[in-house]
Amino acid sequence: MSATLTESPHRVLGQPIKRKEDPRFLTGQGRYLDDIKLPNMAYMAIVRSPYAHARIVSINKEPALAVPGVLAVITGEDLEKLGLAWMPTLNGDQQMVLAVGKVLFQYQEVAAVIATSREAAYDGAAAVEVEYDPLPVVVDPFKALEPDAPILREDRKEKSNHIWRWESGDKAATDKAFAEAEVVIKEKIRFPRVHPSPLEPCGCIADYNKTQNHLTLYVTSQAPHAYRTVLAMVTKLPEHQIRVISPDVGGGFGNKVPVYPGYVVAIVGSMLTGRPVKWVETRTENLASTHFARDYHMTVEIAATREGQVKALRVHTVADHGAFDAQAVPSKWPAGLFNICTGSYTFEAAHVVVDAVYTNKAPGGVAHRCSFRVTEASYLIERAMDILAHELKMDPAELRRKNLIPADKFPWKSPTGWVYDSGNYHHTLDYALNLIGYKELRKEQAEKRARGELMGIGISFFTEVVGAGPSKHFDILGIKMFDSAEIRVHPTGKAIVRLGTRHQGQGHETTYAQIVAEELGLSPDDVLVEEGDTDTAPYGLGTYASRSTPTSGAAAAMCARRIREKARKIAAYLLECGEHDLEWADGRFQVKGAPHQSVTMQQIAFAAYTNPPPGMEPGLEATYYYDPPNLTFPYGCYIAVVDIDKGTGEVKVRRFLAVDDCGTIINPMIVQGQVHGGLTEGFAIAFMQDIVFDENGNNLVTNFTEYMLPTAVETPRWETAHTVTPSPHHPLGAKGVGESPNVGSPAAFVNAVVDALSHLGVRHIDMPITREKVWRILRSAGIDE
Amino acid sequence: MIPAAFEYVAPRSVAEAVALLRQHSYDAKVIAGGQSLIPMMRFRMAQPKVLVDIGRIPGLDYLREEDGYLRIGALVRHATMEHSPLIQERYPLLAATARVVADPLVRNLGTVAGSLVHADPAGDWAAAMMAARAQVVVAGPDGERVIGIDDFLVDTFTTALEPDELVVEVRVPIPGPRSGGDYQKIERKVGDFATAAVAVQVTLDEAGRCQQAGIGLCAVGPITLRAAAAEEALVGQPLDEATIRKAAALAAEAAQPTSDTRGSAEYKRDMVRVLTIRALRSAAARALKA
Repeated sequence: MSATLTESPHRVLGQPIKRKEDPRFLTGQGRYLDDIKLPNMAYMAIVRSPYAHARIVSINKEPALAVPGVLAVITGEDLEKLGLAWMPTLNGDQQMVLAVGKVLFQYQEVAAVIATSREAAYDGAAAVEVEYDPLPVVVDPFKALEPDAPILREDRKEKSNHIWRWESGDKAATDKAFAEAEVVIKEKIRFPRVHPSPLEPCGCIADYNKTQNHLTLYVTSQAPHAYRTVLAMVTKLPEHQIRVISPDVGGGFGNKVPVYPGYVVAIVGSMLTGRPVKWVETRTENLASTHFARDYHMTVEIAATREGQVKALRVHTVADHGAFDAQAVPSKWPAGLFNICTGSYTFEAAHVVVDAVYTNKAPGGVAHRCSFRVTEASYLIERAMDILAHELKMDPAELRRKNLIPADKFPWKSPTGWVYDSGNYHHTLDYALNLIGYKELRKEQAEKRARGELMGIGISFFTEVVGAGPSKHFDILGIKMFDSAEIRVHPTGKAIVRLGTRHQGQGHETTYAQIVAEELGLSPDDVLVEEGDTDTAPYGLGTYASRSTPTSGAAAAMCARRIREKARKIAAYLLECGEHDLEWADGRFQVKGAPHQSVTMQQIAFAAYTNPPPGMEPGLEATYYYDPPNLTFPYGCYIAVVDIDKGTGEVKVRRFLAVDDCGTIINPMIVQGQVHGGLTEGFAIAFMQDIVFDENGNNLVTNFTEYMLPTAVETPRWETAHTVTPSPHHPLGAKGVGESPNVGSPAAFVNAVVDALSHLGVRHIDMPITREKVWRILRSAGIDE
Repeated sequence: MIPAAFEYVAPRSVAEAVALLRQHSYDAKVIAGGQSLIPMMRFRMAQPKVLVDIGRIPGLDYLREEDGYLRIGALVRHATMEHSPLIQERYPLLAATARVVADPLVRNLGTVAGSLVHADPAGDWAAAMMAARAQVVVAGPDGERVIGIDDFLVDTFTTALEPDELVVEVRVPIPGPRSGGDYQKIERKVGDFATAAVAVQVTLDEAGRCQQAGIGLCAVGPITLRAAAAEEALVGQPLDEATIRKAAALAAEAAQPTSDTRGSAEYKRDMVRVLTIRALRSAAARALKA
């Protein structure tokens, strides 16, 4: 545990201070991409394919060029001449920027129209004539693997829709455990194809200055530095001539990690027209063409003893990646950290296989832990544990208690190689069960069941894995996944902090200010946090995968400590004593044993610029690149209580308790907000969301009527609580929390619904759990209004 | 999401609006709340050349009882119905409907008459007005005519309106004593169209037998449907559980649902039955108290 968390009056860490960014956001003063207007700016609209798989016979630009205001029409052929028709994906594949020869998914980018107004751009896009010759469509990933399936990716050497196979764990040990097992359960479980759906869609303004060969790209990006490097690689512009600015971002959830074709085309459009080019997606474009998450078809098996001791886990997954393998994963792990799927339990052996497949769907694979596949893994194991409990006729809480990793076994090495940093799982389980009144709920359930009423209780005890990541393992396209902070303390004792991350509403401007204020003895009001401009911020890989606090948060703390070391020297000079005679207390340096002899950071900062010690370099600033020694492993126990309407099949979530352990909490109000948001996402995934395609590959959910986000009416009331088990290796003990609720909650919801119906023989229901799915179960069991 | 270009005119009287409609005929679309038309224009599913905005015509936003009818002016918004003490106290069917139309933002702008003119089979008001046996008052070049709701709704997105006609009022007969109603709707989330919904209006005689019944079905056919056989099965009967269940089964038979992302035809048909049971129970209870 960090030595800085003293019980001093100067205590900023852990305080629920109001978010510094909120006055701006809540009064409509945020400055988002579409708020930015540059002189002489043109607008871009994209022509998209109505077919999921078709040859492009011809494209006629002329009618579009005849529309008043249209400046240019760009096609894949045009990009080919520039060597820009294809671009690399973040998973080592390539994807079309604009379609060349054929289209591979509905809504794929086919052409772009640049015009003097947004209206003219759309009129122009409607006027482009594209002739298609439809090809057989592959929607089902299992059919994609059949020998006679049409080959989708003709650009690849391998003439197969199979992309790659990834294996983890020990097959022999796992097979042996299964051969000797007293009890084996097996289930097919799908995690649906879902979409992160940030309220602000994606967009950019590309502003290329020909005389200076300089590009400024304003873009909705969670990772501006990574964009700069990728754009330098793709466009061949020198990296120092590219400035990426990510203004206020209205939600990301991973959707704003990838570099989308529209950005590349807008850059080309700016080069062609000599104007800044703005492109902002419509809602349909965002839903139908930008990165989805998941679509994992998982077969899970657990080997256990009759007493309920788990022994081994076997998982085979078919992953539907769509037309291009574009998920954002660290280079070493094509299926991310999916092999965290042994969860919170003492499995002795595990074997995990993932087969990735091409289909005629939009590419993706980020959002809500999807690039790292942790939500899939957590859902899988938490569902499977309930199935095992059902098989053994054991209480699911008891089964978990029996198998949770004991506190004295940390650091725990999982059978797939992860080293869990810290946890006190049994304590958290008991705390959650007591808080919700588990025994009473089980009693109520038994009474209701006797009366023919349907009530269920679902538990999920998840372990997250965040803070990517240690450079020895984690890189994306070779770029190591450390992160950074730079602090400048001004002469009057105020400070600016710049970081390599980029928030999208998570509260970084407050959280980081609290960290730096705590470390330097300042008020958070005196610390300005700035992110998102590659010309000013130190290099970093951005904000996603719950990595900001574990990486840049650590960098901010370490950077502040670096400043404090210099400050100590200045303090000693000012107090005319030796450095070792000083102690840091109450947010100031004081002489040991003489606390009235002290200097504040304000006094030190002033001296750093006006009266530095002889021979010392003036100024008070530092930069720190933090390379985490390990990942962090937040965890939690979530419990859902549901009632089921016998007439309609409606599930009502009566209660939901989330007990999170994310280590040291920097701002409990922000953490609660993050948890509320993530639980709401988990609720939506459990009950509402799936990107559905018909047999022709038509996307059936291209607006918010069909792809549903819950409103305040549907959303349950959330109960939140915490246990605190600090990370031993993070400078503040913090672990990260952003995606924990998204990872942990889906299984709790589904487990609760299955629990309500388990006496009818139900073992599993695939998400989303619609009323109709429940209704079918009820009617087939003879239960009616 | 950018509509095609269009012209916009804002007449100040019904006569002026009718003249504009006569002039532009099928090229024109009337806009009141715009909650269905604007999204269709943004998707370019509708590309009217001229928008005739009736929102600035004075005197069309009245809501009052007069001459045996509840008279709902063409500019009465869903939210006005939702918050009206008159509706809340005397028209439980309409009150229940107003509460579940779309979402609060739509309810603040969308109009009752506009919902009927749009003739979406998933429109809540059409089913409610069918159960309430409402009439639609229409202004045209030759003056006004009154059309019964069943005749007004012709087909999916199609009404009996001529291109130069404008709905100016919706009329609901004032229910007699011992009347009650209810609207039961299943939707995937607030703001979604109904998966299925049922509107019920009943009047009991002094002996507690059903004297008059109206049942409208929403979102389970190409058009708003009247469950006529179910209505007949109720008349003359006490509204006990057996009668209610029998009528509900007949209502389910009257439905013509199709399968879509909201549910299978089979599920929707069964929901008509369940919702009819619930609506009739509630309507009967209200009638006994009224």
